[in-house]
Amino acid sequence: MIIPPVQGFLPNSPLFPPRASEMAREIDLLFFTTLGVTVLFSSVIAALLFYFMIRYRRTSPTQVGVYLKGGSTLFLESTWIIVPLVITLVFFAWGARIYFAAARPPPDAKQFYVIGKQWMWKIEHPGGRREINELHVPRGQAVKLKMTSEDVVHSFYLPAMRVKTDVIPGRYTTLWFNADTVGTFHLFCAEYCGTEHSRMVGRIIVLEPTEYERWIGGESPAGASSVPSGEDLFVAKACHTCHRTDSTARAPMLWGLIGKTVHLEGGQTATADETYIRESIVNPAAKIVAGYQPIMPTYRGQLSEEEIIQLIRYVGSLKPPTGPEPTPSERPAGSSPSPNESVR
Amino acid sequence: MSPETPSAAIGAAAITDEHPPRLAHHFDSYAQQRESATLGVWIFLVTEIMFFGGLFTAYILYRSKYPEAFIAGSHQLDVMLGTINTAVLICSSLTMAMAVRSAQLGRNKAIAGFLVATIVFGSVFLGIKATEYHHKFVEHLVPGDDFHLALEHLPTHHGKPVTSELPTGIVGESRADVALPTAGPKDIQAHTQLFFFLYFGMTGLHAVHMIIGVGLLAWLIRPSLQGRFDGNNHNYVEGIGLYWHFVDIVWIFLFPLLYLVGRHG
Amino acid sequence: MSAHTDFPAHSDFPEPIEEAPEPYEHYLNHRYGLASWLLTKDHKRIAILYLISVSFFFLLGGAMAVIIRLELTTPEGDLVQADIYNRLFTMHGIIMIFFFLIPSIPGVLGNFLIPLMIGAKDLAFPKINLLSWYVYVIGGLFTFYALLTGGVDTGWTFYAPLSTTYSNTPVVVVALGVFITGFSSILTGLNFIVTIHRMRAPGMTWFRLPLFVWAHYATSLIQILGTPVIAITVLLLGAERILHVGIFDPKLGGDPVLFQHFFWFYSHPAVYIMILPAMGVVSELVAAFARKPIFGYPFVAFASIAIAVLGFLVWAHHMFVAGISVYAAAVFSILSMLVAIPSAVKVFNWTTTLYKGSISWDTPMLYALGFIGLFTIGGLTGVMLATLGIDIHVHDTYFVVAHFHYIMVGGAIMGYMGGLHYWWPKITGKLYSKFWSKVGALTIFLGFNVTFFPQFILGYLGMPRRYHAYPNEFQVLNVMSSAGATVLGLGYLIPAVYLIWSMRYGKDASANPWGAIGLEWETNSPPPVENFDKPPVVTWGAYEYHESRVAPSLPPPKQEVMRVT
Repeated sequence: MIIPPVQGFLPNSPLFPPRASEMAREIDLLFFTTLGVTVLFSSVIAALLFYFMIRYRRTSPTQVGVYLKGGSTLFLESTWIIVPLVITLVFFAWGARIYFAAARPPPDAKQFYVIGKQWMWKIEHPGGRREINELHVPRGQAVKLKMTSEDVVHSFYLPAMRVKTDVIPGRYTTLWFNADTVGTFHLFCAEYCGTEHSRMVGRIIVLEPTEYERWIGGESPAGASSVPSGEDLFVAKACHTCHRTDSTARAPMLWGLIGKTVHLEGGQTATADETYIRESIVNPAAKIVAGYQPIMPTYRGQLSEEEIIQLIRYVGSLKPPTGPEPTPSERPAGSSPSPNESVR
Repeated sequence: MSPETPSAAIGAAAITDEHPPRLAHHFDSYAQQRESATLGVWIFLVTEIMFFGGLFTAYILYRSKYPEAFIAGSHQLDVMLGTINTAVLICSSLTMAMAVRSAQLGRNKAIAGFLVATIVFGSVFLGIKATEYHHKFVEHLVPGDDFHLALEHLPTHHGKPVTSELPTGIVGESRADVALPTAGPKDIQAHTQLFFFLYFGMTGLHAVHMIIGVGLLAWLIRPSLQGRFDGNNHNYVEGIGLYWHFVDIVWIFLFPLLYLVGRHG
Repeated sequence: MSAHTDFPAHSDFPEPIEEAPEPYEHYLNHRYGLASWLLTKDHKRIAILYLISVSFFFLLGGAMAVIIRLELTTPEGDLVQADIYNRLFTMHGIIMIFFFLIPSIPGVLGNFLIPLMIGAKDLAFPKINLLSWYVYVIGGLFTFYALLTGGVDTGWTFYAPLSTTYSNTPVVVVALGVFITGFSSILTGLNFIVTIHRMRAPGMTWFRLPLFVWAHYATSLIQILGTPVIAITVLLLGAERILHVGIFDPKLGGDPVLFQHFFWFYSHPAVYIMILPAMGVVSELVAAFARKPIFGYPFVAFASIAIAVLGFLVWAHHMFVAGISVYAAAVFSILSMLVAIPSAVKVFNWTTTLYKGSISWDTPMLYALGFIGLFTIGGLTGVMLATLGIDIHVHDTYFVVAHFHYIMVGGAIMGYMGGLHYWWPKITGKLYSKFWSKVGALTIFLGFNVTFFPQFILGYLGMPRRYHAYPNEFQVLNVMSSAGATVLGLGYLIPAVYLIWSMRYGKDASANPWGAIGLEWETNSPPPVENFDKPPVVTWGAYEYHESRVAPSLPPPKQEVMRVT
């Protein structure tokens, strides 16, 4: 961000929520500026209204106002069209820059996962540690959340970070922040989601990095939860029978998939992000990789959202296979897959 | 400024005269009444465009999202019947236009005749539609819990049906050793059901408009037999004619979008 | 003397005439009996029918607001259960939006005044006008029935898949009610457009029309183009609920965000349906109570049209955090900035009009001034919401709630009240208490600000919308807001009392008690059935106070000065 840090600049007051990140400060600066302009314009209008009301008060029942004849109104009209237009466009540009930055997590951000369901938040740390309705994060570390819902639309809202993103069933949305203030702050669900919407709240707890390490290494290690690991799921659900490491006859290999451009039947391409992988699991017929038959069964209803996330993480962790060259498939002759080529 | 001076703007009937017959009390002239009626009908048709537009939007979005399922669904429709229906509707628009022309010329008997012809064509259309609906009902293609796209109609992929059943565990090079499933794949079913929902929704909404149109036409027969319409006063015929043509045009869009998906070549 | 002597001499208005008018036949005493009202084709009687029904729904929606604010005085959900609370705010929104705000000004004031203002005997389609009222009532009955069986708890926005799959309330019934009532809106819009195009009196050119008419024309454009889309949206919603088809439910292959696009494509223009008529009223009030033409008349007229057009292009600013592409969001943000400009133009023009006016402090003018101030605040907070960076934080918080209540209550309802007070003598032929009307206006203004200003702060603090229970630190501001709501509620009761009282005991009004210019003031109060004894021929512009013009084709209007009762 080009705007310099503004820690000491903005007023602190019980009328505003705590600012726990750089972006929160930027948003507050933008807000206070627009607030200032709003107050200015409103005051000018109110003052004029009051002044005119008093100054030109009707003095007799038959008095009429003065018609200002002559002269074009065009100058005045143009001025008060163009000036507000310029001001609003400045705010637009400033706001858009912040918004774009909020949509682009830095490359070193740690990946967390969030599942919203009526009426709780299920959160998973990069190492697998799980929480419900609480999110512990280290100070000074960018954190990005990949979120989906199990049922209705929710919204993950951290007022102290000034960030919010809807959590939608059937797809992933992302949110990122970098907390630079230690403390405990609110987590709210901000999209009405049914009976206990107002109780779908929690806390975000920002710890010093060493504190966080201590906390994450503490009780309930990663594997103790009831959700099996991605690797176990890959075998249990028979994925490995087609997605093999020694043959691409029935299904593409999955190592190095995340982020790759995939060529589909019909000539289109798709980017293999988490949403693509999730769709391939629950709705495999939607996108068929070029050169393959549409034989993958759907796992809709057979995997929970958490299990899908485990699988995605497992796929993301796959390394290229060692061993003999994979047997060629029925495809037309082409080069064997290499890390830099798109998956064929 | 005397009130007897007629206003120059719109050829008003002088106010002190007897109010002309069949001129509503709040209008000043036949021209004003006619222009108001026509403008009113056109505005109403604009609202109908926006109304159908929502369904068309949903159709376009989901067709591009699930092309295979839409092709499969479309192939279940009877193109022959659809084409006949299109021809029938176009003929009905011809007879409707003739009815309006007769009304403008004040030829009331001819109006009635053409109205009847239009009603006949409209009824044929509805009858054929009912037959198609019946077929779909029998084939379990009506959206709801009973919906089921039979196996042989599943979309194919390089000549082989698109399925998504779990493999039996036999490892091999080709598909031949994987048993064909007995039930269709769930997702294709869901998406084809979506196609049929849009099919029934759009043609159903269209049919409702047709039924209302037929009713309106029938309602016009009696006044035309009574000789009520003439050059000055035929707004109802013209308005209902516009409505009928609009319903026809909606079908002209519906037919290729629903019936002719993937039937090229 | 006053500064007026600097300018070319002008004549004053005719001396007021003080004797009460002779009894004569008008639209109220023309026929009696229930059938003469329920089967009327007179636009003035239909306006009264609308007045009664919108007042009923306003009371209903208001009662729900009272319970909501009462609940929110404490952080815990202790007054009503969560389910009940959710139904309360849902039904409050549905009733206020679809059954009060959208029909009120067009149905009551538009219906009554447009034929009068353009010099016509009635609207173009009187029977369709009556039909529009019946359709509105039938839709209202559906919704009322749903209310009696417990109400709906999806929020007035009906987001899927909550509304399609998860809610156990009579969503389909309410959807049907909204569907039916939408046709009332469409028919009204259709009627107004044809009337304004075809029924203007000789000499009433487009640019001699009162700005109230321009505003309703723009509103009608939105009504006919937008309402069919919400109609099909609720139909699809109902179909999905019944047939489980999968248009919006992702578990069946649908897209929940698609619902939001469909919904907001209408519901954003709908807010302009709610505000444009009020702006039209304010134009009339400012002109009449400053006794001057509105400054920049063509700009104000075209601003209405611009708002209507641009209003269709901004819907996704309700969806900035719903997962739409950032580039789409940027486009909608810019367009939302653009749509603010015509509104700003109007505010500036109204303010400039007051310069060197002859300003009366009568109650309708107080409401007009309240509108201008509160709409400015509401509108500028709208610009804040359109700013992407800010919206991330305040979307779906009480900031939004405050914003739209400033516009809808501080704006639209104040416009409605102002118009009601201005044209009450014309509609009923009676004068109301000047003193109590000012008390009412002041109470409403104060109560309103105490209710809703704290909500801006609450929203920025992070309190989300639609929360039944909230963290303790939000309590002080909530209590303030609820205190204001009490005052506001009382404020609305005051006009109800004196207006109804005036119908029986008020002094008779002359044709032009305010000394205003407009064709509606050229006929008696209340107007005769066919509006004018002799149809007018117009040779003057909309607000030519300086000419102290009297319509040459009509006898001089009787004027009366309002007296404190």
